[in-house]
Amino acid sequence: MWAMKKNNNTPVRRLALYALVLAAWLIRPAAAQESPYIVTYDHYLEEPGNLEIEYFSTFGTQRGASDFHAFWVEFEYGATAWWTTTGYLDGQTTLNDSTLFTGFRWENRIRLLQREHFINPVVYIEYEQKNGADKILKEVEGHDAESDYAERNASLRNELDHELELKLLLSKTFKGWNFAVNPLAGKNLSPSHPWEFGYAVGASRPLALKASANWCNLCLENFIAGVEMYGGLGDAHSFGLHDTSHYLAPAVAWNLPSGWTLRLSPGFGLNDNSHRLLLRWGLSHEFSGFGEMVSRLFGGH
Amino acid sequence: MKNPVLQFHSSLLMIWTMVALLAVCARVGFAKSEDTAGSDHHHHRHYAELAKVPEKARARSNPIAEDPDATVAGRKLFEQHCAECHGSTAEGGRRAPSLRAEEVQRATPGTLFWILTNGVVRRGMPVWSKLPEPQRWQIVTYVKSLGIREKKKANDEEVKPVKDEHIQPRMRAAGSVQKP
Repeated sequence: MWAMKKNNNTPVRRLALYALVLAAWLIRPAAAQESPYIVTYDHYLEEPGNLEIEYFSTFGTQRGASDFHAFWVEFEYGATAWWTTTGYLDGQTTLNDSTLFTGFRWENRIRLLQREHFINPVVYIEYEQKNGADKILKEVEGHDAESDYAERNASLRNELDHELELKLLLSKTFKGWNFAVNPLAGKNLSPSHPWEFGYAVGASRPLALKASANWCNLCLENFIAGVEMYGGLGDAHSFGLHDTSHYLAPAVAWNLPSGWTLRLSPGFGLNDNSHRLLLRWGLSHEFSGFGEMVSRLFGGH
Repeated sequence: MKNPVLQFHSSLLMIWTMVALLAVCARVGFAKSEDTAGSDHHHHRHYAELAKVPEKARARSNPIAEDPDATVAGRKLFEQHCAECHGSTAEGGRRAPSLRAEEVQRATPGTLFWILTNGVVRRGMPVWSKLPEPQRWQIVTYVKSLGIREKKKANDEEVKPVKDEHIQPRMRAAGSVQKP
């Protein structure tokens, strides 16, 4: 039912488009100041009551099988100033194979400290229900390797996983530079699987620290450039950097005053277990006042 | 569970569960902001946060106070990031207090910079340290340029005029404010 051969108009993409159009019609846009990271998280949460809808694409090369295009849509909502909750829908197209919906995720980020400190910790808790064909590579953990993705979708989609993922997001902004470190631990909820570990680190900086006086799309302050590195750290039985994949990815974000953000990030595999190239891009739009709108639907004032 | 139809239905169920949870979160978030920003009493609790700023931070002077473009750039940043809660005239709204109240306008630039940097997370004001330091000072410069405007009382006209007449022509020239 979900596998639609060579059909690029998947439910995930259609949903993303409908959601963006509906939200743009109903809700006011809000200017965003998004980091360029695609895998790494800094400690900044969504503003309370705002909804950010994001679409991300990853084109990945695959040795020994066909290249793929994985994509996800993300609904990120600022429930309070210390809690952001996000729903994801994932899908992928493998060339010469099929297109399919691969699962969903529900992520929560909770800020632990009220004020800014030397290091700012945020707890990240995510539940994932996905099948084995999931290729969005939103994180690398355990002994993830390129060869895991070489099988055909028809066999991969039969494996259904329920996973819990925990991250500690540590981040600091100093003199315009943001530095972020995200250790992660993931557990497939079936008892036979061990805890798996991974990491993501990133650094970024706006191209200009002062804002110009004019409204402009191409001002340097609207661009944030950075680099991120992410990979696996093995599992509870075999911890370390070996037998897993690692990536280095320069990244840039373009924050438009209209509330749109465009991100671009080519990621390069650093060892033989990694895909040679993960070319990612994302488009997002932030809407203010979503909480109030939903509240009115539920009888609020 | 390997049956694609069952898997589809299971996914749909989970998606709707997520939507419902999101709606609940929206309600909680709104109730929270309404709770903390809905009345003068609560706004006074917001202003009380100004007194909690450390002395060292309060004493910081604005390094770009003499920059002729700081107020205009600050207004642009304010409209992009702050106006959705504090209102386009900075006089507050349901979600956040007025920045033209005496408490705010009499606070030192260092105090406002500290609040902007650290937020008042438990009262719904996010941390804004993601904006580079010079941009935060630009916002402070703009907010301080607005001057005090007392809250309108019932059937009263405005009590005090704004003191930003001198910056209006520059803002119009920069295209960041509409002509009346």
